[in-house]
Amino acid sequence: MSQLHYALFTGCTAKQSTPELLSSTLAVAEKLGIKITILEEASCCGASHLQDFDPFLSHVLNARNICYAEKLGLTMITICNTCQLNSAMTKYKLDTDLAYRVRVNEKLAEVGLEYKGTSEIKHFLYVIIDEYGLENVKDKVEIPLSSFNIAPFYGCHNIRPSELHHKSNGGENPYNPSSLDDLIVALEGHPVDYTSKNKCCGFHVELQANHTSEILAGNALLDAIDNNADMMVTPCPLCHLKMDTYQDTIGKVMGRDIKLPVLHMPQMVALALGCSEKEIGLKYHVTKAKHLKGA
Amino acid sequence: MSNTTKVTIKAFRFNAETDYLPYYKSYEMEVGKDELVLDLLNRIKWEHDGSFSYRRSCRHGICGACGIKVNGKAVLSCKQNAMDLVELFGSELTFDPQSKKRVVKDMIIDKSDFWEKHAVVKPFVVADIDEHPTHETKVTKEEVENILDADYCIQCGNCHYACPALEVNEEFFGPAAFVAAYRFTVDPRDNAGKERLEMTSQLGQGVWDCVKCFECAEACPKEINPIEKITKLHNLEFEKGIATRNVATKHAEGFLRGMKKTGYLDEADIVLYSEGILGMYKHIPTAIKMMKSGKIHWHSGVPFINSIPKIKNLDEVQKLIKISQTNRL
Repeated sequence: MSQLHYALFTGCTAKQSTPELLSSTLAVAEKLGIKITILEEASCCGASHLQDFDPFLSHVLNARNICYAEKLGLTMITICNTCQLNSAMTKYKLDTDLAYRVRVNEKLAEVGLEYKGTSEIKHFLYVIIDEYGLENVKDKVEIPLSSFNIAPFYGCHNIRPSELHHKSNGGENPYNPSSLDDLIVALEGHPVDYTSKNKCCGFHVELQANHTSEILAGNALLDAIDNNADMMVTPCPLCHLKMDTYQDTIGKVMGRDIKLPVLHMPQMVALALGCSEKEIGLKYHVTKAKHLKGA
Repeated sequence: MSNTTKVTIKAFRFNAETDYLPYYKSYEMEVGKDELVLDLLNRIKWEHDGSFSYRRSCRHGICGACGIKVNGKAVLSCKQNAMDLVELFGSELTFDPQSKKRVVKDMIIDKSDFWEKHAVVKPFVVADIDEHPTHETKVTKEEVENILDADYCIQCGNCHYACPALEVNEEFFGPAAFVAAYRFTVDPRDNAGKERLEMTSQLGQGVWDCVKCFECAEACPKEINPIEKITKLHNLEFEKGIATRNVATKHAEGFLRGMKKTGYLDEADIVLYSEGILGMYKHIPTAIKMMKSGKIHWHSGVPFINSIPKIKNLDEVQKLIKISQTNRL
């Protein structure tokens, strides 16, 4: 197998409130021998909110990010479900509406760029599963996660709308996604089967509809806890932020104590591959997670 | 080789008049490749239990009566091939009503909340009718295309009862009402667009309480993609100058503040800007916890100051914002 090489779109959170996501992603890639080039030019994806305000501007800015992956001739990979969705939606729009692409490219030309549509966009989770391969991951496990019940939390924007993700981003059944479960099994952990795993965490209405947000997160956390989860794992840093950072206030709304470590997907892989404590970065969690070690 | 597959159907059973609790009852049957979910509902009733209740009418995917959930997936029974579901979920299928908490009997729910919300957004053309017109109303091709597929809605309620925001927030209009609001707001013959946009822009009931989960896009049997219309309503609010400055609109527009400075969203600034100084107090306990765990950085020795790196070629983003921004708050 020739070396896998990708252009990484880090997104904002990995550069700010979740440094552990970036460090664990790079550590996992290194352990697996995957070459990563960080797109240091890439800006915020708009997180679906800028899209509500100014759709054309958000398409222009997302197209600019993709241009930098195209320049390298690489697939653009994401480590945030919402970055994945907004980038993929932009790509879909520009690849199917050529008159619109011309309008976007007129703006990009002003900064010397052109969107061509030559790069695929894929979440790192599906790089590990579909391109690196779970069998190969299994061979790399140094510290099996066999003492943990792990609740996979998929996050909306990697599985819905399924039509968009079907082609190049995993192609999950949005009603019964399986990739994270399969990854947990490959790392010798025990996946928790619970109905909330494909539901919404409420992150996007944290400010304007806080009650809705807290209840959606609470339902998912308690569902995982009631099914004996020792930790939750998610490929989306926004799900992580909602469910890790706000557990105290969520607990108050739900009327129950909630204490459940919420790991980023690459952190879980990093634990099993024997990456260093610093790389895994469990100290950056608000809900205590430092005690988690492989078997 | 047999042309049929043995399928076990676990059907939700409840009679609000006589049962204390709902229960599931299993039915086994051989299912052929051309059978629809509606055929299986009929067979439960005709071959197993005549008291089994569900709604059905047109059998042509147009009346919107027969929406149910199979293994959590919203389907229109008369349009959904059963074997496609077996392929997706295996040979054990669970039939649930669209909303368990609104069940009257088995698959039949009380859909009044759906119809009430639908009616509020005025799902019809509001216009002064000239009783003796001298010519037809002309609508351009572009104007028709702008309606998108919003008028394919058959009011089945699949998206409405798949929406998690509605489960929590009873005020929320829900995706189907938003699709109708969009469809008539962009109709060139209609005069009530401003009223609908004002209604759907209000916090609590309007589009800003959408959680962006895309469940509605997945649930629609007519492939309408309701969240696309919800986004269009957001956009129209700004385009038509309906948007007022509140926590939600500032949150959407405020992304640009950070992006102009560093290229990234400024996580702390967006909360402060959206909530205002007075609204910040409730975030202080969380901010302290985030600071303790290192989620808020101290690069310059002071939290929040110069804590965000800058992207390379930031000037490009600044220029693109300047020349591409179309909407204002």
